[in-house]
Amino acid sequence: MQQFLRRHPAVQAWLLLSPGGLFLSVFFIAPLFIVLIYSFLQRGTYGGVVWQFTFENFRRVFDPLYFNTFLRSAYIAILTTFFCLLLGYPLAYFIASRSPRTRSLMLLALMIPFWTNFLIRTYAWLTLLRTNTGLINTALLSLGVIAAPLPLFGNDFAIIVGLVYGWLPVMVLPIYAALDRLDPSLIEAARDLYASSAQVFRRVIWPLSLPGVVAGSMLVFIPALGSFVTPAILGGGKSLMIGNIISNQFLAAHDWPFGSALSMLMMTLMLLGTLYYFRSTLKAEADA
Amino acid sequence: MSTTPSDRTLGMGARLRSRLGSLSLSVYGVLGFLFLYLPIVILVIFSFNDSRSTSQWAGFTTDWYRQMIEDRQIILSLWNSLFVAIISTAIATVLGTLAAMAMERYSFRGKMAMDAVLYLPIIIPDIAMAIMLLIFFNVSGIGFQPWEVQFFGNRLAVPYSVIIGHVAFNISFVAVVVRARLANMDRTLEEAAQDLYANTWQTFRRVTLPMLMPGILGGALLAFTLSLDDFVITFFTSGAGFNTLPVRVFGMIRRGVTPKINAVSTLMLAGSFLLILISIISRMRSGEDEDAIQFGL
Repeated sequence: MQQFLRRHPAVQAWLLLSPGGLFLSVFFIAPLFIVLIYSFLQRGTYGGVVWQFTFENFRRVFDPLYFNTFLRSAYIAILTTFFCLLLGYPLAYFIASRSPRTRSLMLLALMIPFWTNFLIRTYAWLTLLRTNTGLINTALLSLGVIAAPLPLFGNDFAIIVGLVYGWLPVMVLPIYAALDRLDPSLIEAARDLYASSAQVFRRVIWPLSLPGVVAGSMLVFIPALGSFVTPAILGGGKSLMIGNIISNQFLAAHDWPFGSALSMLMMTLMLLGTLYYFRSTLKAEADA
Repeated sequence: MSTTPSDRTLGMGARLRSRLGSLSLSVYGVLGFLFLYLPIVILVIFSFNDSRSTSQWAGFTTDWYRQMIEDRQIILSLWNSLFVAIISTAIATVLGTLAAMAMERYSFRGKMAMDAVLYLPIIIPDIAMAIMLLIFFNVSGIGFQPWEVQFFGNRLAVPYSVIIGHVAFNISFVAVVVRARLANMDRTLEEAAQDLYANTWQTFRRVTLPMLMPGILGGALLAFTLSLDDFVITFFTSGAGFNTLPVRVFGMIRRGVTPKINAVSTLMLAGSFLLILISIISRMRSGEDEDAIQFGL
């Protein structure tokens, strides 16, 4: 037996892989295919499905009623990514410009909120943003800064604030890593050639940190597009994203085939984005 | 006065500008961290508020914590959370570690496909994975049968489907962390062991496994944290009437904001901090460089 295994390393590999591989085949790959099949079936009268092939679900996905939610979700995810970048880049720059000791402490401080429960962090913003009893409106009203409560809650603004807060750390990390790898002698060389600070940034620092910016944007955009908890809590039931429409098909509308079609489309978009990202980074590495 | 070459090339104004620049950068850094921490701090403060309000301070009380402890539903869902996290972490750690060794140490046909299978659960959003599992448990007839179990004096009824769901997303995370450790591991010790006639098992047991232990522990801690924090997958794979702590908190939020939720949140924050602390200490013990803190953690 031992002899046999030694002579066939591939068998060893599959023996090691088989427990996890089998588990994921049954409880991940099989469900994935079932959802794919479901997305081509018809809904039954009282929940469940009718085994009849149809493209109807995918046609409905492009119904303006639902497709607009897709576009809104993409718009919210893009704005979230943009604001994460706007806040995250200087923060990453700030951390990267500290001494090594402070730097690792700051990275830790950055990641601690990220490892606390997402639901709790979203709830924290609920108590801050709520229209009549939220902390921000209460404080501004009692200070006399505003006369009527600001519309901070139950809209896209609230969702974007919650998402930016939740995903900011994963934008900062890869940018920090890129800035940390940056060779300081390049900046000095640019300065010696009389480049202004703005020029140094635009011509040297920004292009060299771009891989980090792209990685961070991917890490923010994908979960933001698929978010469910944040719009459920901060959207106040009025402002919805595609994740909520999907969950409604299972919790309320009992239209599983349509819910399956929606999530197939969402997953396809994300996989395409991820593949594009990997291909472009591989190409960039090959070019370098 | 010592002047470096770059100081000389910069005029006074430029030097001031760069000083102003570094000052505004510092201000920015402070504001950035305030943004990250202020909401959490305010959340904790109002868990001690002597009023039902979460925005107007009315004096100090620990009454919300008393109410939390006396709420049988909350305590039960806490035990549910811990049970699911412990069982799913144990299974995912073993399966994920084995898979990581196969992926890092061997080349075989179908490796690319296996790579995709291992990364997918990390990439696809919670909600998609949740409804996949929901449909699967319905269609397959596995259903949402509970595992009736006695756990620290509590009678729990934990659906197998929830544990399976947690294992399904945790295998990949464990595999990624363990693989990273394996990739950075010095292989000469293993080769030395084999030169000294240790067989495959002895080499694994006496050399590879001890060296790999920090990675495995890191992976297990990550899995445990993710399992405790998960809301979406638990919510969709539990059938009716089963609550982990996040699922219960979500239900409470739906019914209205009270400082009692702040108290439960504070408890969960304390749990997270404890796990992060354990992770840092175990990293320091294993003597990993400080930069490693930024990743796995």
